[in-house]
Amino acid sequence: MHAKQVEEALHQVKDPEIDTVSIVDLGMVENVTVDHAHIIVKLLPTFMGCPALEIIKNNVEATLTQSIKGIEKISVQFLYSPPWTSSRITERGMKQLKAFGIAPPPKQMDATGEWHVDCPYCQSTYTTMDNLFGPTACRSILYCHTCKNPFEAMKPVSTI
Amino acid sequence: MTIEELHTNPAYQDALVDLLYQLADDDFIVAYRGSEWLGLAPHIEEDVAFSSISQDTMGHATMLYELLESIGEGDANALAHARKADERKNAILLEMVNGSGTYLQEPKYDWAFAVVRHYCYTLAKTIKMKSLQQSSFEPLAQLAVKINMELHYHLLHWKTWFTQLMKIPGESQERMVAAWDRVMKDMKGVLALGSYEEDLVKYNVMTNETQLMHSWMQEMQSLISNYHLPIEVRLKMNSGNGRLGEHSKDLEDALNTLSSVYRIDPTAAW
Repeated sequence: MHAKQVEEALHQVKDPEIDTVSIVDLGMVENVTVDHAHIIVKLLPTFMGCPALEIIKNNVEATLTQSIKGIEKISVQFLYSPPWTSSRITERGMKQLKAFGIAPPPKQMDATGEWHVDCPYCQSTYTTMDNLFGPTACRSILYCHTCKNPFEAMKPVSTI
Repeated sequence: MTIEELHTNPAYQDALVDLLYQLADDDFIVAYRGSEWLGLAPHIEEDVAFSSISQDTMGHATMLYELLESIGEGDANALAHARKADERKNAILLEMVNGSGTYLQEPKYDWAFAVVRHYCYTLAKTIKMKSLQQSSFEPLAQLAVKINMELHYHLLHWKTWFTQLMKIPGESQERMVAAWDRVMKDMKGVLALGSYEEDLVKYNVMTNETQLMHSWMQEMQSLISNYHLPIEVRLKMNSGNGRLGEHSKDLEDALNTLSSVYRIDPTAAW
């Protein structure tokens, strides 16, 4: 058994609330270690109050048990250091978020902390913030004035 | 200082544990008060925002109780649910009811009080977290970095409500000023650090109370002048010092309600 094999299998674990994106592409997997038949997976929560954490933990355990033979023990740990930031999302993750109808977080915020994203449906830049807070802790609700669709965006989160 | 090294300095540990209870209990009760607004906020966007903020805040409380658990204070769930009112270290301002009535019966909650209390608290928490990022206790310094990232959005949210409602003449401004006067009467208790302040400063766990109050007043003063708000900063602690375990009946009632499931089944999954 090899850490690479485990990382591969973790691609099958999707965010329970955005089922097109894996926890690997969301940048949640910090570290995987394999000690004989004991696998330790260290994850970074996006937001600490996220109620999906327990589900993610269970899904990691179930997926690894199914896809890799000979596992005796799986430990899933959540770390808050280093903190998860939205820049950890991979290029593929960005595309998959968009496919789900969620605009990926902007790469940079300006000095005032304000940010802008384009419509994930029609790519228009004519969008406005409807609610900084959305259906989950990591998302905001916006509106596209070009295609008249409401849409969601991942909040940019950085240590600045 | 790490968790493993704490046993080398019992005075450090005592002061640290007291501070962690203050931080955890503050977040816990203010998140509970926030959650009582669910379905009652002024409009649906606010309902989504306020519940999201309360969820984040409860997440912070969870992390702090888990930190206490890893220091040997006992099970995190029990720390949140089973401790009696006089063992709690939260500031009295944060336990006060949202208004008359209950969540289920004729809730006549005061939105102005909610906005002022949550803005004042979030500003205080932001200042504390900035100081704690330099804390000599490494796990807390790391936690403060993470909390601060989420807090950025909470502060932005409450500041918008606060300045806008304060600026609208008539009922809005009158109610906001009345809520401000009420919050000022106990805001000092939020910035208070309790009986271990000296050791907290001595061991570089965090900055002192005077500095915290100074930073808070400075931030608030600049907001007041920038927006020409008709209010003055006068920090007081009229209802008692929650850091010393002094509390009102509001806290007892809240604990009775929020811990009812835990008391029926302490092993229930959340």
